[in-house]
Amino acid sequence: MDNELTALGIIFTEFYYWVTVVFMFLIHVGFCMYEVGATRQKNHMHTLMKNTMIIPLVTVSFYFVGWWVYFAFPNGPWIIGDLLAAPFAAANSELMGAHLGGPPVQGSLTADDTAAWARINGVFWAAFLLFSWTAASIVSGAVIERIRSSAFWILAVLIGSFFWIVDASWGWHPDGWMVQKLGYHDAYASGVIHAIAGGFALGVLIPLGARIGKFAKDGTPRNIGPRNPWLVTVGLFLIYTGFWGFYAACNIPMFNVQGGDGVVFSATNIYLAPTTLSAITLNFLMSLAGGMMAAYMVSKGDAFWTYSGGLAGIIGASAGNDLYHPIQAMFIAAAVVVIIYKLHFWVERRFKIDDAVGAVAVHGYAGFLGVVIAGFMLWGYPASPNPEYATINPLGNFIGACIMFIVLGFIPGFTFATILKKMGILRIPPEIEILGLDISATELQAHEEQAMVEAERRALQASHPETI
Amino acid sequence: MATGNVENWTGNIADIGALYPFVGIETPLVIAGVVFWIGWHVVQLRRESAELDEEVKKFGNSDAMRKVLDSTDPDKR
Repeated sequence: MDNELTALGIIFTEFYYWVTVVFMFLIHVGFCMYEVGATRQKNHMHTLMKNTMIIPLVTVSFYFVGWWVYFAFPNGPWIIGDLLAAPFAAANSELMGAHLGGPPVQGSLTADDTAAWARINGVFWAAFLLFSWTAASIVSGAVIERIRSSAFWILAVLIGSFFWIVDASWGWHPDGWMVQKLGYHDAYASGVIHAIAGGFALGVLIPLGARIGKFAKDGTPRNIGPRNPWLVTVGLFLIYTGFWGFYAACNIPMFNVQGGDGVVFSATNIYLAPTTLSAITLNFLMSLAGGMMAAYMVSKGDAFWTYSGGLAGIIGASAGNDLYHPIQAMFIAAAVVVIIYKLHFWVERRFKIDDAVGAVAVHGYAGFLGVVIAGFMLWGYPASPNPEYATINPLGNFIGACIMFIVLGFIPGFTFATILKKMGILRIPPEIEILGLDISATELQAHEEQAMVEAERRALQASHPETI
Repeated sequence: MATGNVENWTGNIADIGALYPFVGIETPLVIAGVVFWIGWHVVQLRRESAELDEEVKKFGNSDAMRKVLDSTDPDKR
């Protein structure tokens, strides 16, 4: 950084990702509020802590494992090539700590590595980490009120620090094998975050089972709706707000997109293909609008589904929101929301799946459909600036959507939840489920309050014996 | 005595790399960190099992529970 223009570019990029992280933090605040708002009072504190502890556990595991996976796994490994060297992203790299970019001490690094990554590694890592929290949080909402926190946290680490970042390495990396061979395009992570997390949640829900009382003896589902609609409302608004950071974090803010000798700077998507913040702002808001309007109509004005429909609308259009026209984004969002709403209730009735917050529908089905639709809508567009890579096509995106939802989402979720079930640690005992996870705290509080009342009564009696 | 590679800011800043103290200790730090992380899961799992067992003993009433469980579809729990 020996001239002002270079310094401006590097420090702007560093600051840009830093800001996205602050925005994305709000997603997690929103998820916590939303989840607690959807929970019965007897489970509030446990539900809050179950989600909150995603933050430290996924953070440390993503530091140790996840970041390196993103850069080491674009070839599979062993699908189209070997494991790639990524010494700057390994947990024991000097570039995973405070660094000014001078010559490296570690032999595995070069001077180019330190110059390129010293100021970007931490903020870029954090931007991806916030995606990891989101992936785990999506699963968290679906399984409330009956999963054991310890079991959930193991599953959260698996989806947040391994499986999602494998899919990012495959399909959300400029040189991922899915981009190279399938022409996979998923600019704002319809499949990469939402389909995989929804699929993983569905995989967990099957061995986990429904909450006691969710289904009557004849199998009819009962509505255990949001217990605090205001908390749910604020939570979802915060998720919307954080989603702006999520979108911005999917971009590279400033990059020379002109191949050959020329120089043209632009924002790019994660595949290094040009887009603009203006384009994604138009499409973000129009898909939010389309999703909310469709959800309001199809749910007959249900607040919970209208807000969730806004999210599902964005998610349904996200795969192609770098390139769509805003009105296309709006119609895609609306169509996706109608389908996922119907699908949610059909799956609930047919398979007796108790998805407490509709996470599988809002994230999983909407993300899957979003990727599939992008394959048709963007057919023939380049998936990457590299002209040797496949172009976007319906089959490539359909296979990609299946890899996200089924291969890296549903199958691992089902497998690991089944293992935890066999170990007898997946679900809380039915007695505790009925009494509430906060039973010990509630009982303790009742005893303490009783003791306080008695102490106050004795004090009053001592000072004014005639009044008692 | 100095724990880090930086003793003053008057030299060539472009030659400064890692800023944290005890450069070279990264791998043992990672091992210690992984033990802390995995150990946390193990301790938490054991503690939660013990707490749940105790709560069932303390608050669980098998007759009342059976009545509630009988009113719901046993295959769908």
